[in-house]
Amino acid sequence: MNAHIASRAGVRILARRVGEWWHGLSRFQQWGVLVPLVVLIYLLPVLNPPLLTTEPGTDFPIAMFNAARMALIAIGLNVVVGQAGLLDLGYVGFFAIGAYVAALLTSPDSALGVRYPWLVVVPVAMAVTMLSGVVLGAPTLRLRGDYLAIVTLGFGEIVRLLADNVEPLRGNRGFQQVAGPPGTHADGSPIFTQTGGTPWYWLVVTVIILVLVLVGNLERSRVGRAWVAIREDEDAAEIMGVPTVRFKILAFVMGAGVGGLSGALYAGQIGFVNNQKFDVVTSVLFLAAVVLGGAGNKVGVLLGAFVISYVPDRFQAVAEYKFLIFGLALIVLMVFRPQGLLGARQRLLARGRDAYRRLVGRPEQVVTKGPTPDSGRGVRT
Amino acid sequence: MALLELSDVTVHYGRIRALSSVSLSVAEGEVVTLIGANGAGKTTTMRAISGILPLSSGRILFDGRDISRLRADLRVVRGICQAPEGRGVFPGMTVRENLEMGCYTRKDRKNVAADFERVFALFPRLAERRDQAGGTLSGGEQQMVAIGRALMARPRLLLLDEPSMGLAPRFIQQIFHIITEINEQGTTVLLVEQNARQALSRAHRAHVLETGSIVRSGTGAELLADPSVKEAYLGVA
Repeated sequence: MNAHIASRAGVRILARRVGEWWHGLSRFQQWGVLVPLVVLIYLLPVLNPPLLTTEPGTDFPIAMFNAARMALIAIGLNVVVGQAGLLDLGYVGFFAIGAYVAALLTSPDSALGVRYPWLVVVPVAMAVTMLSGVVLGAPTLRLRGDYLAIVTLGFGEIVRLLADNVEPLRGNRGFQQVAGPPGTHADGSPIFTQTGGTPWYWLVVTVIILVLVLVGNLERSRVGRAWVAIREDEDAAEIMGVPTVRFKILAFVMGAGVGGLSGALYAGQIGFVNNQKFDVVTSVLFLAAVVLGGAGNKVGVLLGAFVISYVPDRFQAVAEYKFLIFGLALIVLMVFRPQGLLGARQRLLARGRDAYRRLVGRPEQVVTKGPTPDSGRGVRT
Repeated sequence: MALLELSDVTVHYGRIRALSSVSLSVAEGEVVTLIGANGAGKTTTMRAISGILPLSSGRILFDGRDISRLRADLRVVRGICQAPEGRGVFPGMTVRENLEMGCYTRKDRKNVAADFERVFALFPRLAERRDQAGGTLSGGEQQMVAIGRALMARPRLLLLDEPSMGLAPRFIQQIFHIITEINEQGTTVLLVEQNARQALSRAHRAHVLETGSIVRSGTGAELLADPSVKEAYLGVA
């Protein structure tokens, strides 16, 4: 047990060291680290490194695609849960809407009888999910905390039940031949297929980078400040002149858009959509990725998503017990490190390397401390 | 003309009436105080003025215009800012970031630096702790942050809800001294207090709230001398 606690403390110190080291680098040096790292990430499915590989159990490029897809979902959900502090238990609903829009507009099984190109369908899928985010958010985001969680839980179930019962959505039979992105190799065979994970992985990683840039910029803007203020104290935010309901809806809609996008990507890769993958457990798994990695921390949720998706693929023997293992892991985490593997960066406006450097070494700085007196809230969300 | 005017304001929490027909006014440049026991409706009045609670009936005029149905954030733009009860400091933000939040609605970014100086001059303690997280400050320091943050909005009307609550006596003196100073710098103040003696001695005018209604009004000095006020709120027989 002592060794266990020591290793936990070790993780904490390591995370802090890495953070300090990173923020201590100049922008140029940061790029020097970042570019090779990104190249390495892109090359992963091609390299198929011996210890990391999930084969023979799961095709490694497919496993990497699934991990990347989970990471994209986690980033979207993190905007809602981590940034704005809104507990969303029905995120799978947005994911499902994205997948179904892609299926309805591209599958020959669709009653609509249209087969639009994938590049048209993706923005449409995102637009429809964002609209559903507004429809769900506008009335319910006046609710707070636990009430909101219950309403979102209901939303996820409603979407799933619609998929089960509304005839044009074809229930269990589902939609075959959902379209993927265009493009063919020199010999005329398509680049994006259901069996080849690598092009899909590259596509999703590229999307992740774009979304990270977008979300990162939002975080540093007035919008991001408003989200943090709402997360920390909604009444105080309102008293300071933050239009709280609007910013909550915005967070919801942003999250919904990313959820819809990942749904459309998922549908395209599998090539098949039916009602089987959109249950509450999937929502909870998404949430677990965010909480495990550290709600509010983009790098953290990427890590959390990777763990949630990769571990069952890598260790097939324990895949059956994955919920038990994740559950235990979350309990242990909540006891020893309630803010997640990499907690939210609490410093907000005093951003940038200069501010950080000035602080490093001072005993009172926030980043190095454990939970603030308010971190109970972090556990709940 | 009054800067703030409440006429017949009634507020309900669900079916429970928290304020019934409260009318009061605050003129430009004044310090007006509301005193009363727990549950008398002091904080409810403040929250209704800030726009956090909707009115059941009645009107609130600010600077001659009806703001009864205006969104809370737009009231801040008009010039009403509150330091809430229990301080409402953002715990994970540093002191500086908390103060920055006070400027959220402001368009004149140029003058913000000067206002930081002003707040740090009023509360030198905050300058020392500017990079410390709000949640790790002492109660008195959090109160300073809450007041300073409201001042950063450059309000025409500053609403102070129980600024002395839970503070050490030495801090209470200091906070009241600063309230007078803020007022002398030209900000109108509406002050809610349980510490009636201090509040009444600093206020130009005062109202006594009892179970959601105003039962007595007058200048601070008048109410200080009022026998029933003395007995109920000043602890003098």
